[in-house]
Amino acid sequence: MRWISSPAPLWLATFGAFGAFAALPITASAQKTTAEGIAEYRAMLADGNPAELYEAKGEGLWKQARGPKNASLEKCDLGKGAGVVKGSFVELPRFFADTQRVQDLESRLLTCMEQLQGFNAAEIAKTRFGAGEQKNIESLVAYISAESRGLRFNLPQTHAKEKLMYEVGKKVFYLRGGPMDFSCASCHGEDNKRIRLQDLPNLTGQPGASTGFGAWPAYRVSSGDLWSMQRRLNDCYRQQRFPFPGYASDATIALGVYMGVNSKGGEATAPALKR
Amino acid sequence: MSDPMRIRAQAQGDKTTVRILVAHEMESGQRKDAAGKIVPAWFIQEINATWNGKMVMSAQWGTAVSKNPFMQFSFKGGKAGEKVVVSWIDNRGDKRSDEAVIS
Repeated sequence: MRWISSPAPLWLATFGAFGAFAALPITASAQKTTAEGIAEYRAMLADGNPAELYEAKGEGLWKQARGPKNASLEKCDLGKGAGVVKGSFVELPRFFADTQRVQDLESRLLTCMEQLQGFNAAEIAKTRFGAGEQKNIESLVAYISAESRGLRFNLPQTHAKEKLMYEVGKKVFYLRGGPMDFSCASCHGEDNKRIRLQDLPNLTGQPGASTGFGAWPAYRVSSGDLWSMQRRLNDCYRQQRFPFPGYASDATIALGVYMGVNSKGGEATAPALKR
Repeated sequence: MSDPMRIRAQAQGDKTTVRILVAHEMESGQRKDAAGKIVPAWFIQEINATWNGKMVMSAQWGTAVSKNPFMQFSFKGGKAGEKVVVSWIDNRGDKRSDEAVIS
């Protein structure tokens, strides 16, 4: 006890003398906004974004002959012709003539995996996130989105179905309901909103739309997994206490069209790094 | 089979900076699965890097290291075109070795 108590007054005296100087840097760091703090944290981690591991794995999966038909995905048409990956991400979701549907990246991948590789798309859509073929889709979307990194969103809106899906997406975005009685717009319909420490992008227009939509798929540090857009939407619905409309369902694709069209001209940063 | 590492090595002046992103679950042994059973620990125990056959970095890791860890270090020497080899071994005895060319 004597050992602890005797140096204490000395320490106090030292602190008293230097306290005035020590106070300066503390106030300076306290003035940094939360957003700046998070941006700094992201910058520190950006150098080693584990999404890169998924990109490398996804490229391998794209080229590897797999499935009952033992074929690769290299003939998959993501909207810019068979096998063209670069630039496809910033133009999805879009209308596809062969399926007569507007499809987002993941629903299109399901089509390709079924038609080219012989997988059962309905089965994959039912699979839990992060398990089985869903795990492979995570890597594939990481690779495909990374090929368009830095490009600007330019979703086509020429086909009648693409215009329809935009309007449907808008409706879904503003649809209030569930035990909490709120919609996507409750959190993402105005500027300068946040949940706890996270700034919420306003997805109804630029620059918020591409900041949010353009960053997914992303590696999520808190779950240690790469999350696709569909998985992200699933989590939005969970937070709304709303039933998820289903993997690669038209409702989620419509939301993708709405956010994607609103992102026009914005830069794709996916696969990004999230808390 | 384990997934490949991402290794970047860059020479600047008389030193080389190596940045490594390792793909590994790094299970801590403290988590429980949906059935309430403890997920067994599974982590990298030893990681090292060699340059021209010479050890330039060696570390012992434990369960406190994150999933998909990132590591950066630098060593004196190294020229563009030379190789850096990184290898690890985990507590299950799984091994992985990847190499990168210094740029």
